Amino acid sequence: MADLSVQVAGVSFANPLIAASGTFGFGREYSEFYPLSRLGGISCKGITLMRRDGNPPPRIAETPSGILNAVGLQNPGVDAFIRDDLPWLKEQGTVVIANIAGNTVEEYCRMAEKLSETDVDMMEMNISCPNVKSGGVQFGTSCESVAHITRAVRAHCRKPLVVKLSPNVTDIASIAQAAEAEGADALSMINTLTGMKIDIYTRRPIIRNNTGGLSGAAVFPVAVRMVWQVSNAVKIPIIGMGGITTWEDAIEMLLAGATALQIGTVLFSDPYAPIKISEGVNRFLDENNIQSVTELTGAVKPW
Amino acid sequence: MKYDVRQLGLISNEEIAAGIFDMKLAYGENKIPVVCGQFAHVYVPGKSLRRPISVCDARNGVLRLVYQVKGEGTRIMSQMKPGASVDVLAPLGNGFRIQSGRRYALIGGGIGVPPMLYTAAKCEDPLVITGFRDASLVILQDDFRRAGAEPLLCTDNGSVGKKGFVTGLLREKMEQVDEICACGPLPMLRAIAELCKEFGKPCQVSLEERMACGVGACLVCAVRVQKNGEELMQHVCKNGPVFNAEEVVWNG
Repeated sequence: MADLSVQVAGVSFANPLIAASGTFGFGREYSEFYPLSRLGGISCKGITLMRRDGNPPPRIAETPSGILNAVGLQNPGVDAFIRDDLPWLKEQGTVVIANIAGNTVEEYCRMAEKLSETDVDMMEMNISCPNVKSGGVQFGTSCESVAHITRAVRAHCRKPLVVKLSPNVTDIASIAQAAEAEGADALSMINTLTGMKIDIYTRRPIIRNNTGGLSGAAVFPVAVRMVWQVSNAVKIPIIGMGGITTWEDAIEMLLAGATALQIGTVLFSDPYAPIKISEGVNRFLDENNIQSVTELTGAVKPW
Repeated sequence: MKYDVRQLGLISNEEIAAGIFDMKLAYGENKIPVVCGQFAHVYVPGKSLRRPISVCDARNGVLRLVYQVKGEGTRIMSQMKPGASVDVLAPLGNGFRIQSGRRYALIGGGIGVPPMLYTAAKCEDPLVITGFRDASLVILQDDFRRAGAEPLLCTDNGSVGKKGFVTGLLREKMEQVDEICACGPLPMLRAIAELCKEFGKPCQVSLEERMACGVGACLVCAVRVQKNGEELMQHVCKNGPVFNAEEVVWNG
């Protein structure tokens, strides 16, 4: 049994597999499949200052090796999360990451204040949601706006702060550097790639929001490339995600430069995927006489 | 653990009408009991999403799924052969609430007919109304008879049974029943909900929406409902698929 534990920004994870925000709710449903302590952590459904109902349906479309979604940050609001979900989550024996999203910088700051008073383990600042009209990705697509919001939220956030990056940018490495320079403790990447699917008979987009975020195996090579580029540009740890489906994908993402991993879309076809991936990674380490999973991080040998 | 994914042996998978298939899976007797109106989430090799299919029947250790080939996923399902192992997450969702001592009208339209078979088997002397576009799509009539319910039949074009919609038959029979359960296309369900409101009869409707996780985590299959005067989003997979018709915001 190799050592699967990892550290991200001073927080210890029993293994590098974290459930990705938006695919796992606040964990209750998947706790009916397996104990959540088998996961390294949970990144909670994105929460906003006030309750949001999200977008009208349809909110999802299947695409080759992936899905498009536009849920639109449906959530009960930060106060309800702290009151109704966090106490239960903290009893599950896994790292709890609160994913926060806002319409304004001020909203992010107020949520960071509120969550700093709780026993949330980390905060993941979502400046990359492509499916909401205001806020979301608009904060994450230029170095100036990323620097501005990271600096502002950093001043209110007394927990390790993870900045979740959008892939819908021209130069993700410089955006990552902007977040690092303003005090981000870690980065998580990639959020979904904006996409679209049209019903050729009705000529309507399948998703009511017209566009949605592409995730799943289809985006995996893009995610690996971006994690690799960013890992070469920053010193802070990266939580890698984007289409990880098998344990081989997990190894690949670690080699590209990730310290921990988030698992999302694959849950929809296989709810046990994080457990299987964790077991596969452990087997790979044992078979290759690697003592600790941390030895894989950034160990790609580029040409 | 409340949920379980199981590999079920495929007993048969036959086309029973144009593009409509009848899949029978060995469910076994010692599994989680299935409530009528619940659904099964079927893994399709090579696809990112499972296919949610309402349970047509779950008696005698056989899980029966009657589904229409609508796209690539259901086409792949239709090609699965007897002896194959099918990865199924079931049962999911909240089904029809059937109380003893009440007479139910069970109404199915098109591919909404299958869940009414298992529901009929759970009711005392139900009134079953089935509607289809035309004669080529009629299914399960003998199955209802074997379950002890003589189904009324109508088609949009009158090619078999009575010409017209299920709502016409329901209106004629409304005085004979206490409560209505329905599954079918949204315009049909909306019309049934209005009719039940007119007659002051409670109505349960089974809704459909594009779905991902199947258990209420991803919040994709949203449906707008009103509870205690407040509108909110619920989800077909976890809160439904069966909802009280008067709680559904039909233009939501």
